[in-house]
This record gives sequence, structure tokens and C-alpha cells, in this order.
Amino acid sequence: MRAVITVIGKDKVGIIAGVSTILADSNVNILDITQTTMQDVFTMIMLVDITKSNISFHDLSDSLEDKGREIGLSIKIQHEDIFNSMHRI
Amino acid sequence: MLKPFEVIETIKMIQEENLDIRTITMGISLRDCCHSDGNVSRKKIYDKITRYAANLVKVGEDIEKEYGIPIINKRISVTPISLIAESSDEEDYVKFAEILDSAAETVGVNFIGGFSALVHKGYTVGDRKLINSIPAALSTTKKVCSSVNVATTKAGINMDAVREMGQVIKKAAELTADSGGLGCAKLVVFANVPEDNPFMAGAFHGIGEPECVINVGVSGPGAVKCALEKVKGADFGTVSETIKKTAFKITRMGQLVAQEASKRLGVQFGIVDLSLAPTPAIGDSVAHILEEMGLEKCGTHGTTAALALLNDAVKKGGTMASSYVGGLSGAFIPVSEDAGMIDAVVQGALSIDKLEAMTCVCSVGLDMIVVPGNTSAETISAIIADEVAIGVINNKTTAVRIIPAPGKNIGDMVEFGGLLGSGPVMKINEFNSEEFIKRGGRIPAPIHSLRN
Repeated sequence: MRAVITVIGKDKVGIIAGVSTILADSNVNILDITQTTMQDVFTMIMLVDITKSNISFHDLSDSLEDKGREIGLSIKIQHEDIFNSMHRI
Repeated sequence: MLKPFEVIETIKMIQEENLDIRTITMGISLRDCCHSDGNVSRKKIYDKITRYAANLVKVGEDIEKEYGIPIINKRISVTPISLIAESSDEEDYVKFAEILDSAAETVGVNFIGGFSALVHKGYTVGDRKLINSIPAALSTTKKVCSSVNVATTKAGINMDAVREMGQVIKKAAELTADSGGLGCAKLVVFANVPEDNPFMAGAFHGIGEPECVINVGVSGPGAVKCALEKVKGADFGTVSETIKKTAFKITRMGQLVAQEASKRLGVQFGIVDLSLAPTPAIGDSVAHILEEMGLEKCGTHGTTAALALLNDAVKKGGTMASSYVGGLSGAFIPVSEDAGMIDAVVQGALSIDKLEAMTCVCSVGLDMIVVPGNTSAETISAIIADEVAIGVINNKTTAVRIIPAPGKNIGDMVEFGGLLGSGPVMKINEFNSEEFIKRGGRIPAPIHSLRN
């Protein structure tokens, strides 16, 4: 299963490091990363494969959200299909 | 790969524009729960609901977490209880409502619909007993919702039932007087009721439905309003296109959630209801969409046209996004559940007469309308008669959910709490309709019911 991780907030040092450490520890593979600044807000979008993840989706989601709170950004993980269903026919 | 702006658009719709799945409703047939002994019947009902819906709330929460889209309500609808309880010789059906309430409590849903009767052409013994039990059932239970269908385009209007429902509504209000007449907020009187509606308080599991089914209701007035903000001043073709595109996106969410829920629960997917359902939250109002189109206040001249456009565009956009569409499908205009509607009433822009006109072009009808506590049962019946006549003649669903709030007068505010919101007491016509309602009998079906 593939999921989309979005990081939204103010740019700072160590965002990718923080997120990718959690992913590596959870055995989640990063497939693609894009980052951009939209309307002065830093936005990073990561496509990941969580098929071989060693923790549950819930725990992964919680640890990413905790990390977000720690560094003052919003970090979310969502099943890829929610975006595909809205934007692809 | 998804484009960043697409990802951000979805997230923004959910986080800032209140896009959500309003309800996942599991419809459960209780047709195999009839028994001559009411106690046996109730045990079967309880066991069946708690077995079928055991994982409903958990599956809903899992989907919410994994897809990052809020699913506000998990609910259950059942076969109209008049059909089930009828096999027993009990006179009072309140115990059936209580067993529904306790089954709902056990599985953790917030409402269960189906304390219902279909009497558009006349009453059976069970229908009569059920309707008599409605006021007490709504005052002694928390989660049970009730509905009565009093008219169809095919059968005409059962004016005896219309008269009786006025009395039932008055009594339900009196029995729940300490909470502003809350009982009436859980009671809907219908014309042309759909059998697969996932929205409360009017949901029940129709007799043509399968054993068990998942129906989903979407929401998203905020997302539509935000989309319209970007096309300020554009012509109506553009307005319609913008609403269609947004409705498409909203409905795709509903379709995804419905399919996923049905897969995980091992239950047939029924329909997605394409309704724009508002909540009292700021930024989640249908009235504000109409105002965004250029009306100073919802309820002023032009409101019916604006709503007609909105309702049609929502359906056009939504239909293509879902494989099966049903339920009520359209824009809802419940006064107490919509911040913009409440404001429009308080400011004197929106009257009950205008709301009645609006129901000709949108889904459902006079919804969550609070009227003075001293409104007579006959006047309420007459309001119902007008509304169901609109449904019968126009071949559409209409409904009345009206609350004669005990002890309250025009201008007072009645607080219901939660999604039911708070309603300003509205002015109604002071002239009486007693002799009209007293006639009873049936208003025949209109000529276009003979379409065969």
C-alpha cells in the first residue's frame, strides 16, 4: 500500500531528516519526494510504500504527528487513494 | 505522481473548508425478527443489530485515520419497526424503541433510524400502534429516530395521518419540554420517502433493500463556497461549472469511503447520497453559498433561483463521481443546523414561507424549524399538508421536521446542542386551518401518477 506524507509549515533545518528517520526505523520505503513553497508556506510531499512497514498504520501516523508537534509543523500520512480518487478519473 | 497542488487542495478542503463524510449508515433488515412474543422479537432485533454492526464504528474510525478524512457519524437504519412489531400483540411499541436505543448504545453509533411507519394510503394495526408510541419513544430514548411517510405521488396524501402527525409532534414536544422539544428533532414526516437515505432523522431500511447495506452521505458546503469565492462576479455558467467540479471531488471521497467500508465490513455497497449537508460550524453553511452567489442575505428575492442552480449542479457533478447514487441527494436547508440560515432568520431575511418555496427546488423540506410553543396541532398539520403537497405534485421527496418549542415565543432561541444546533423561533401565519384539517380522508393522487 502506498501513502502520501505531507509536511506543511515554516521551513527549517532537519525536516527531511526527522521524517525519514522515522520512516527508516519503521521500514517504510520512500518512493518520491517533492518540496515547494506555496503561498509562503513550506510544503513537502512524500510518496511512500508502507507494504513492509514493521508498525501499524495508526502507530506510524501517530509518531509522524508527534514529530510534527515537536518541530512545529503539520505532518500527516494518508492513503494515496484519497488523492487519486479526487484528482484522477 | 500526484502534483503538489492537488495534494494541497485535498488537504485544504478537509482542514479549512470542513469537507467531511457526514455519515456511514449501515442499513439492516429486521424482517426475520418478527415474533408473536414481543420479548422474543426484541431479543432477535438486539442480537441481529449488535452482530451486524459490531465493527461498524471501528471500521469507520480506521478509514478516517488511514485516509485522513473525518467521518462524522456512524449510524444504523433498520426496517420500519411497524412492520416488525406488528406480529406481536403488544399495544405499546415503546419497548421496541428502547431495544433499538440499547443496541445503538452497545455498538457505539450516535443515531439509529427506523422507528417508522409507511401510511401514505392508510394504516395497518401496527402502523397505528407505532404512531401512538412515537411521543413516548422519543422522550424515553436518546438515539432513536422516527419517521412517518404520509404521502406519495402514486397514492396521494393520507390526510388522516397528516392530522394525526400534528398531534404526535405536539405531544413529543410536550414530553421533551425541558430540552426545548428535542423529541421533535428526531421525528420526520415525509412525502415520497426514499428507502436508502443515510441521513437522520429520516433514515430507515426500506423493504426493497438487501439484508444489509452500506450507504454514505457526504458533506461539503464549505468547499463549494470556497470554490465560488474564486469566481466572484462570473456568469451563472461558470458558477454552475465550479459547483459541479467541486461536487464531483466531494462525491469521489464519498464513493471511496463507501467502497472501502463495504469491503471491510463484508457488506454490499448501497448508494452515495449527494447531499450538501451543513452543520452549525462557521464555514459549513448552505446559506453562505447562496449569499456568495450575490444575495445580501439568504431568504431575499433570488434565493430560490440560487438554490435551484446549486441543487442541480451538485447532482450533475456528483452523479458522475459515484457508481450508485440515491437517498435524498441535493442541498439540505435545515435552519437550526446552518449558521447562515440562523442568521438570516434572526435578521428577518428568511421566513417560513420562503423556506417552503425553497423546498420546491432542493432536497427534503421544512427542516429543523422551530415555531412558537402555542402553535396548534392543526396548524402543524396544515404546514405538513402544504409541504407534502409540494412533494406529491412535483414527484420529489419532501419532509417536515418542525419543533413547537414549549413555552417559547417568536424571537427566542432554542438550543438543541451538537449537530442539531440552535433554532430561532419563527413566525408562522396566525390564521387557523382547523376546519381544513378536520376533514380527514385522502387527497387523491395527482393525474401524473397515472404515467403507465
